[in-house]
Amino acid sequence: MFSPDIQKQIDHVLSRYPIRRNALLPILHLAQKDNEGYLTQEVINEVAALCEVTPTHVEGVITFYTMFKLKKPGKYHVQVCTCVPCCLVGGTELLEHTEERLGIHAGYTTDDGVFSIEEMECIGACSYAPAVIVNEDYHEQVTPEKMDQLIEQLRTQA
Amino acid sequence: MLEETLVLFRNIRNPNYDKSLKGYLASGGHKALKQALGMKPDEIVQVVKDSGLRGRGGAGFPTGMKWSFMAKGTGKPSYLVCNADESEPGTCKDRELMLKDPQQFLEGMMIGCFAIGCNHGYIYVRGEYWPSIKSLNAAIDELYEAGILGDNVYGSGFKLDLTVHTGAGAYICGEESALLDSLEGKRGHPRVKPPFPAVSGFNGCPTTVNNVETLACLPYILTEGPEAFKAHGPENNAGTHLVSLSGHVNRPGVYEISMHASIREIIYDLGGGIRGGKALKGVIPGGSSSPVIRADEIDVNYSFDGLSKIGSMMGSSAMMVFDEDTDVVQLLHRITRFYNHESCGQCTPCREGTHWARQILRDFLSGNGSDRKLKRLHRVGQNMSGTTVCALGDAAAFPIMSFVSKFPEEFKNYFESTSPIAA
Ligand SMILES: Cc1cc2nc3c(=O)[nH]c(=O)nc-3n(C[C@H](O)[C@H](O)[C@H](O)COP(=O)(O)O)c2cc1C
Ligand code: SF4
Ligand code: FES
Repeated sequence: MFSPDIQKQIDHVLSRYPIRRNALLPILHLAQKDNEGYLTQEVINEVAALCEVTPTHVEGVITFYTMFKLKKPGKYHVQVCTCVPCCLVGGTELLEHTEERLGIHAGYTTDDGVFSIEEMECIGACSYAPAVIVNEDYHEQVTPEKMDQLIEQLRTQA
Repeated sequence: MLEETLVLFRNIRNPNYDKSLKGYLASGGHKALKQALGMKPDEIVQVVKDSGLRGRGGAGFPTGMKWSFMAKGTGKPSYLVCNADESEPGTCKDRELMLKDPQQFLEGMMIGCFAIGCNHGYIYVRGEYWPSIKSLNAAIDELYEAGILGDNVYGSGFKLDLTVHTGAGAYICGEESALLDSLEGKRGHPRVKPPFPAVSGFNGCPTTVNNVETLACLPYILTEGPEAFKAHGPENNAGTHLVSLSGHVNRPGVYEISMHASIREIIYDLGGGIRGGKALKGVIPGGSSSPVIRADEIDVNYSFDGLSKIGSMMGSSAMMVFDEDTDVVQLLHRITRFYNHESCGQCTPCREGTHWARQILRDFLSGNGSDRKLKRLHRVGQNMSGTTVCALGDAAAFPIMSFVSKFPEEFKNYFESTSPIAA
């Protein structure tokens, strides 16, 4: 069962495509948002039924795309780009700094569940490198000092 | 001193610009759309052909010609799908258009839909681009509220719906046939062509895939005419284009330039030169897949033909600049790691080749390079070129072949006997 607001958005999405399966990616995003940022077998089955495909099809899709998660991410999912332009201006060092600061490696979540880190391929902000996404927001020309401030700010919000 | 040529960015560069529909209309927006609605679709296709517009997504294919390939009389709906997947490393131009002047791009999209007879257009935006997705959705809502989108666009009887589709993190979905599979609700695997999308695309229907910037050029082409557009570049390289400048320059950013500009002017005039007063070592001129060029090759036009003359390509107009202190072996390793990560795995030369190349480069970086391994690296690159379902195989091979041939001495520094680690 989805929350009423998400269900409304899902119905709208379904109305925009000629075939229900076409709406799979947008619906998975909504379902994931509705379930603390990750997908469980129960959610997968529900989405499969909605889109008139098999759960296996949905699993195949989920594992192909990096944005769908099978493990619960932190409340703040910190995505640090280390692709070519970011790497030229300190992206790799920024990732290392973030890992040290939060005491976890990329791919992991802090014990309190507040932060998780992911190393990203190019996120399309190369002229404003190094770039970071936290949940849905971009942060650009991020220095280690800016990262520290951001982490502190998020920690107090959490 | 090179300056920007403002066509697509004319509103964006105005600090007082209001990007809402109201602001866009006040800036002269929808004049082209209304003009187009009074023309025959074929006439629009002809104007676009005359303008010399070439696709800004990477391949530079003539847009008008692409539209004319659309299968007719099939009894199936036709689709225009906009490629806003923008994931070629270095590229961040489409997001400027979607974030800062969404209505201009949407006007182009509406003109394109009318020209190819599409009643429901889809905009495939990469999933990470939440801010662009929100910006486009808000702009589309405004168009519906104003009664412009829907059953009767400006009273012309033309019915048009637009939908933003969110991708989910897969570089390969920028390749147009993989994008269509993804839009259909599947894994994004490139398709064997033919059939081309113009015959069998979205859900098996005739489909054109165009890049955001390509479509954003249409309002200008219609209102100012094909000749005005052509005048912004040398013969066969019409129009301005958006260059995403990144790396070791003082002023990285997205700039709009005419195709008359040279690479040197872009780096030194617009980009303010190399950071810290250092010397330039090289440039990856058109996204990470384009062959690298050395500092002594930058006095060419930054245009489709200018770059192909020196054995590279303009690709997505993403210019990555690196200085004298850059380790090119590390740089190539990072690029190769990207393609290895993004290979969809369908073709052996691409799946295995990107892996081998990455492995060999890692050997170099750990001080175990050798002449034999360098030759093997080159051979792996050769075996990936032209042997795969989609162009990702070539995209991975170009950097390998070009880095090895342009900077051989840097690879030799990593040969076993001379490597800093072995010594
Ligand atoms: C591996 C690969 C990745 C691509 N990524 C993109 C992309 O992110 N954005 C884009 O517009 N075109 C991309 N393209 C090019 C598209 O396949 C297609 O040619 C383009 O969207 C057509 O639009 P245009 O004619 O307006 O340029 C990519 C091609 C390949 C082979
Ligand atoms: S070349 Fe690579 S990315 Fe393209 S279809 Fe083959 S395996 Fe997939
Ligand atoms: S390389 Fe980091 S945003 Fe493009």
